[in-house]
Amino acid sequence: MNIQSGRKYDAGVKEYRSTYWEPAYTPKDTDVLAVFKVIPQAGVPREEAAAAVAAESSTGTWTTVWTDLLTDLDHYKGRAYRVEDVPGSDDAFYAFIAYPADLFEEGSVVNVFTSLVGNVFGFKAVRSLRLEDVRFPIWFVKTCYGPPHGIQVERDKMDKYGRPLLGCTIKPKLGLSAKNYGRAVYECLRGGLDFTKDDENVNSQPFMRWRDRFLFCQEAIEKSEAETGERKGHYMNVTAPTVEDMYQRAEFAKELGTPIIMSDYLTLGWAAHNSLSKWCRDNGMLLHVHRAMHAVLDRNPNHGINFRVLAKLLRLLGGDHLHSGTVVGKLEGDREATLGWIDLLRDRHVKEDRARGIFFDQDWGSMPGVFPVASGGIHVWHMPALVAIFGNDSVLQFGGGTLGHPWGNAAGAAANRVALEACVQARNEGRQLEKEGKDILTKAAQHSPELKVAMETWKEIKFEFDTVDKLDVQHR
Amino acid sequence: MTVQDYRSRLSEPASRKMGTFSYLPEMTPDQIRKQVEWIVKHGWNPAIEHTEPQFAGSNYWYMWKLPMFGESDVDAILAELDACHEANPGNHVRLIGYDNFTQSQGANMVVYRGTPV
Repeated sequence: MNIQSGRKYDAGVKEYRSTYWEPAYTPKDTDVLAVFKVIPQAGVPREEAAAAVAAESSTGTWTTVWTDLLTDLDHYKGRAYRVEDVPGSDDAFYAFIAYPADLFEEGSVVNVFTSLVGNVFGFKAVRSLRLEDVRFPIWFVKTCYGPPHGIQVERDKMDKYGRPLLGCTIKPKLGLSAKNYGRAVYECLRGGLDFTKDDENVNSQPFMRWRDRFLFCQEAIEKSEAETGERKGHYMNVTAPTVEDMYQRAEFAKELGTPIIMSDYLTLGWAAHNSLSKWCRDNGMLLHVHRAMHAVLDRNPNHGINFRVLAKLLRLLGGDHLHSGTVVGKLEGDREATLGWIDLLRDRHVKEDRARGIFFDQDWGSMPGVFPVASGGIHVWHMPALVAIFGNDSVLQFGGGTLGHPWGNAAGAAANRVALEACVQARNEGRQLEKEGKDILTKAAQHSPELKVAMETWKEIKFEFDTVDKLDVQHR
Repeated sequence: MTVQDYRSRLSEPASRKMGTFSYLPEMTPDQIRKQVEWIVKHGWNPAIEHTEPQFAGSNYWYMWKLPMFGESDVDAILAELDACHEANPGNHVRLIGYDNFTQSQGANMVVYRGTPV
């Protein structure tokens, strides 16, 4: 017997909480779970605001419609099942919402987020709204494509073990000719870096078209490999105005035999990025992922999408590297929060850990891990802290910290490589990197004039602005 | 006067590197012992490989016996490293720590350096 058969159509506006607030609901393992930080409009009760968010991000609209009665609303609706205080805030609260599996297309990150962060973010009943975390059920994880290769395969392909990888973004960002740009790449790689990187906005401008850049950079890779006996790569940026252009650039990179390309997943668009990631696995190409535009979405502590969600969705879309913040450099990044999302990028199973901003257990099944990339405003003096914070499975990228060396890029690269290896060796010997960093680097510089000069050049540089987006804690 | 450059040349075998720790001076016996301890401490399986320096670019170096599964005696591991080095004096000898949970190598370092080419 259909238990809903007795329901009558009753037109008009109902309170959301009468349908979408279910504090007794126990979330199912198959549900997509989300937690939003909500600041409601004055006078709107928490339960009503939470229910409104659940409704607007799933099945509901502002008024009752007769076609609601043609469906099994209990099977499809999102449910607000819990509200919690936000530590340190009188206005905001956390709303926990469970979405049933059948609301979403398999393997479609695009579809999930079109629901979760769709119209609801412009909704009048809330003053501001921030998506703090999402728990993806294992069925969804298993239907997504994931990283083209992942950490373990990249280590095997590049033959690099037991230490973080080392990179550098070529500067100036814009204006170099392809040949001069390739020179900068060659110098970095022969000096001891594993990778160099196109900057995010290096695409195919009039001063340097992509094809010329790829050719010169590939020569730089090949010569530096012959010179050092080590495997090298340059992230050839295939971010392009159209998907057809993107593929054309990727195909050419493959023809050259280069090991890694890159894209910007937010500006390129998630569907295009997902396609590129699949192409990368099919064609044996590593994929470095930059995150231009992320701060537009994730920096405001009360509105938008927390970066941990953007990091999780990138792992689902696919990428072998993702920029994650440095904690210690020139760009924004709270330490505990950063540790939280680098776990989410790399680990097989991540437990709820509020101290790191992680609201849900997340099982990644067999999905490979993504290398977090620390890049921006870092130099040799940051090395001990970076190795301690990020551990082996990371890419540490020094742009100015390589190219700004008084003797040039090769010396800057060598300085960073020596500093990195000295820190890894000391860590393995059981020494405390963040306490003994100065001593470790000073000793290493005794046999590396390049490192000695680097340490003299950057000693005084510090970035000590306060973080805008901090974890929600009571003492704030 | 120091030439203000990092020197590397195609024509100079000393420019050839061999992975982790190859930008540092060769390890002393005490330093090698500590790296072995690091591998044992993690429960990784120690393994030893070696190669003629001209073939160092290959993924497959020669195995010196099978990996030492479950071996946690640091002296026994050090003795195998020495034995491999003595039997293959001109070769690079590397120490690996196989991490069977990540299906990767938690550690990999050349402990004895052959003559580069």
